[in-house]
Amino acid sequence: MEINNNQLLRFTTAGSVDDGKSTLIGRLLFDSKSIFEDQLESVSNTSAKKGHDGVDLALFTDGLKDEREQGITIDVAYRYFTTPKRKFIIADTPGHIQYTRNMVTGASTANAAVILIDARHGVIEQTKRHSFIASLLNIPHLIVCINKMDLVDFSEEVYNNIVTQFEEFSSKLLMKDVRFIPISALLGDNVVNRSKNTEWYQAGTLLSTLETLHISSDINKIDARFPVQTVLRPQSEENRDYRGYAGRVASGIYRVGDEVAVLPSGFQSKIKSINAGEQEVKEAYAPMSISMTLEDDIDVSRGDMIVRKNNQPEMEQEFDVMLCWLANEAAKPRAKYTIIHTSHEERAIIKEVVYKMDINTFERDKSDPQLAMNDIARVKIRTTRRMMLDTYRENRNTGSIILIDENTNETVAAGMVV
Amino acid sequence: MSKYYLNYLDELESEAIYILREVWAQFENPVILFSGGKDSILVTHLAKKAFYPSKIPFALMHVDTGHNFPETIQFRNDLVEKLGVKLIVGSVQDSIDNGRVAEEKGKNATRNALQITTLLDAIETNKVDCAIGGGRRDEEKARAKERFFSHRDDFGQWDPKNQRPELWNLLNGKHFEGEHFRAFPISNWTEMDVWNYIKRENISIPSLYFAHEREVVFRSNSWIPVSEYLKLEEGEQVEKKKIRFRTLGDITITGGIESDADTLEKIVQEVAAMRKTERGDRSDDKRSETAMEDRKKQGYF
Repeated sequence: MEINNNQLLRFTTAGSVDDGKSTLIGRLLFDSKSIFEDQLESVSNTSAKKGHDGVDLALFTDGLKDEREQGITIDVAYRYFTTPKRKFIIADTPGHIQYTRNMVTGASTANAAVILIDARHGVIEQTKRHSFIASLLNIPHLIVCINKMDLVDFSEEVYNNIVTQFEEFSSKLLMKDVRFIPISALLGDNVVNRSKNTEWYQAGTLLSTLETLHISSDINKIDARFPVQTVLRPQSEENRDYRGYAGRVASGIYRVGDEVAVLPSGFQSKIKSINAGEQEVKEAYAPMSISMTLEDDIDVSRGDMIVRKNNQPEMEQEFDVMLCWLANEAAKPRAKYTIIHTSHEERAIIKEVVYKMDINTFERDKSDPQLAMNDIARVKIRTTRRMMLDTYRENRNTGSIILIDENTNETVAAGMVV
Repeated sequence: MSKYYLNYLDELESEAIYILREVWAQFENPVILFSGGKDSILVTHLAKKAFYPSKIPFALMHVDTGHNFPETIQFRNDLVEKLGVKLIVGSVQDSIDNGRVAEEKGKNATRNALQITTLLDAIETNKVDCAIGGGRRDEEKARAKERFFSHRDDFGQWDPKNQRPELWNLLNGKHFEGEHFRAFPISNWTEMDVWNYIKRENISIPSLYFAHEREVVFRSNSWIPVSEYLKLEEGEQVEKKKIRFRTLGDITITGGIESDADTLEKIVQEVAAMRKTERGDRSDDKRSETAMEDRKKQGYF
């Protein structure tokens, strides 16, 4: 593909061994001609060895040794393909309940989630779990693929019933954009090529849907937030007085001359210059990596946030988050954790578990204050200093945190500010 | 209103710069693993952008198998001089001479796996706590599982089943004494992206990537360059071919492809029409289904 203005779309697929997730990804890669000859040869050989007729598409997503032996996905795997319209990154995540943490990981950066439903079984617990996580992580677009349509004679009635089932339970979830597509990953119906078996279905195939989703407004372009990653102070003679604040614009737009405030200090100044690499630019927007200089010589360091004077985040030392517990070891009451929010790091305790979510029934449980692996709960967090927060619903980049266990250095929890 | 979104190359660039700056902010003594190949050249180019107008704050570390293309070494030395950065060389030959490792024996012996010891030794003696690599997830199935910040224990080992979850853009580089990290800023780039970007930015790369006349022998389905290290086998014939290399590694195992692509434009066109993966010409990956996974667990790049 030649250089062009194509956008990058990240999507996540969650599913288990039997709902055809691997076959679907294999089909997308194969029909979009993203499979190379040596990969095809290797997969054809393995298919023949296993006694399959033709090529087993699922083998294209084979990963580590243990995954191949057990026929499961253990960890998030990333796949890539490009069409003339877009570049795609697939975060391929396992669907079992014990892998909620991987699903959350894959979902955290996704523009879209593809959820698979087996047409013979309709909406099952796993569908609800995946949808809940997609909604919790505020994935902007949800595509529900009703798969294995070939096994229900491409019946419009079966399809409509499943759509109704899905809409009934998902009315409790916050979702902006949900679409349904009847497909057969195995035979290729409505994945890349339009199916002749579903003339009653008028909307696009999975690929054309992915190619045309409107993703430019997935990032918040209103609230300007610039977390400082590091300060550039060149040692050379001609740049003796240069102090560039380097970082990635988390949201919003910055222009030279803008009146800004540096948080948490609150000192005010104006943007003097903006650089994208060697290039000086007049404006910068999310998700650009830039460096900026200010008119006034004020103290700015890593962990500070440069924002517009008249549009600032909340400054809180105690706040609620929806927390997903990721570690094998349960949360310790009153234990101290390192909290990371943008480039800002503090120490934190979990003050209180307000309630735990049952991710199958969406019910709240206030009786159990224990946080174990894969639990999702609303908790109160207290930090050593004030954090500069937006709610996760409004701003994914400045509304998300992780907790790190100070004894093991492991990332033990992911949280979304409410 | 003008458009306020990035195209995919700009977004990949921005992501890589973000990761390079996180490395600088979170680690004491990071280095760029520099092989002289296009991916490590790209990482170095991105580091230049990330810290402009400062100099690149990382040393370049080269693990030298001793079986080099002379062009690669020349390119490396020129680049180091131009950027004014420090060069650290870990030598596989030294590791062999010191008895740290022994040469492989047999017909397909290479120094590929020996690099692991040299790399880990160089990391330890130079007190490196983060080694930045040009690894990409599209290269190979074990690499598809890599994190941006990938933890290595005090034996330098990777445990793919027990990796830290990486959410949003929040990177956790915390580690204990003796452990280190590998960072992969261009994880999300494909071979095609790399070439499109090199063309767009007009990044200079070793001449070996462009089609040129060379003496080669046909072995394991690709053209292996004739060098002082190559032992001809029975029935093998030296031929003169117009070839270029898609990847650069140890000269004894890096195969070229027949090609007329002698400009970046032609390379981009050729890569777009390619029907084989770039590592398809690397005999180090052909040894077994899990060749890369096994090496990576031990501490390979």
